[in-house]
Amino acid sequence: MTNAVVTLDNARKAFGKNEVLKDISLTVNRGDVLAIIGPSGGGKSTLLRCMTLLETLDGGSLAYGDLAVCTDEGGRAVYGSKEVLAKAKTRFGLVFQNFNLFPHYTVMKNITDPLICVQKMPREQAEARAVELLGKMGLSGKEAMVPCELSGGQQQRVAIARALAMNPDVLFFDEPTSALDPELTREVLRVIRDLANEHMTMVIVTHEMSFARDVADQLIFMDGGVIVEQGPASQVINSPAHERTRAFLSNYTQG
Amino acid sequence: MELSVMMGILLDGLQLTIAIFFVTLAGALPLGVFVALARMSRFKPLSLLAQLYISILRGTPLMLQLMAIMFGPYYLFGLNMGSDWKFGACAIGFILNYAAYFAEIYRSGIQSIPRGQYEAASVLGYTKSQTFMKIVLPQVIKRILPAMGNEVITLVKDTSLAFVLGIMEMFNAAKALAAREVSMIPYAIAALIYWIFCLAIEFIMNKIEKKMDYYHD
Repeated sequence: MTNAVVTLDNARKAFGKNEVLKDISLTVNRGDVLAIIGPSGGGKSTLLRCMTLLETLDGGSLAYGDLAVCTDEGGRAVYGSKEVLAKAKTRFGLVFQNFNLFPHYTVMKNITDPLICVQKMPREQAEARAVELLGKMGLSGKEAMVPCELSGGQQQRVAIARALAMNPDVLFFDEPTSALDPELTREVLRVIRDLANEHMTMVIVTHEMSFARDVADQLIFMDGGVIVEQGPASQVINSPAHERTRAFLSNYTQG
Repeated sequence: MELSVMMGILLDGLQLTIAIFFVTLAGALPLGVFVALARMSRFKPLSLLAQLYISILRGTPLMLQLMAIMFGPYYLFGLNMGSDWKFGACAIGFILNYAAYFAEIYRSGIQSIPRGQYEAASVLGYTKSQTFMKIVLPQVIKRILPAMGNEVITLVKDTSLAFVLGIMEMFNAAKALAAREVSMIPYAIAALIYWIFCLAIEFIMNKIEKKMDYYHD
């Protein structure tokens, strides 16, 4: 029995003739914080979308713990039943670049509705959990507001609370601060850093290099649909082994 | 003729006008959902059929459609539908016609909901029907309210087309009165009543829009 929360093997994905993922394998263990960096169009987002079942793999296998979501059969990815996919979705959460909160629901209902509707949790229990998580996100007292009344940073923290409320084994972040200004970015990054300190298992696609170096244990540099370089975060960022990684990182002033 | 008698006849007509109005809404609002879903179906033949339906019903005059349904059974099949058929023909014609318009309004609303909403719901584990009923539909309703208000107000005035079937709704009543009295007054009164009817609808639509104004996106 391993500690692996997510295992992806030989993942392949193409849109038409455009191969976006070429034989990607990675494992995320319990408590790991994995950062994925790389240029736009390098396959980072597609990788995340395949792992969160928003896209289907063409080939390869994907498992959440002991739950096989899809298996490779003769080079073709074969997905499990509806029930398997539904079960897999209880094991991960995803935080989007543009939050994707439900605009017609209050902050409270954004968090409690999935709990009540999907996990069949009693309302009082769901609300208690929402209040607790909002407190942790520094959003106490915002329960009755609707998303459009909040700043982008606050909305993203509600989205994080919404994902955490489902009690996932792993939380994915797809460029969580790309839609935010530096000040709002800071408050969102602080929340993610707190989660890392609590050993929340996370996979973060980001362009915030210094954040990736500080918070992530492991780091993957992706380009052209392959993992170019992989290793401890500080090592990859401070002394990249590959020329391509060096060239990419030189675009960022190290801070 | 006294004005009060004239009013009485017009108000009798108004009852039929109101009946046509509500029967049309009761039939076309739900039927439009099915037409819209068929139109957006990934099954091409169904989608094409829905497109053809919408195109024909929006592309030909409602008055002609009413007459086709009224007289079609006789001229095509030799069927005698009886003297009350005009009410059935009227209801069917209005419902089929308005369903086509509503379907396109629904479609525009559904397609305007960002993909991210579906994706967030999917990741959180909502089923397809939960996603539609709880996440998509409430947002669609808010977005299509202005267009629906427009269409419903058009319907108020379109009810007058029932006169071609010999139905004594308010416009037909006004026409008969005007001929008998050699006066334009009945038309003026009818116009006023149509307008009041529409004002009531505007009032209700404004109320609903206000109620849904607690958020924007």
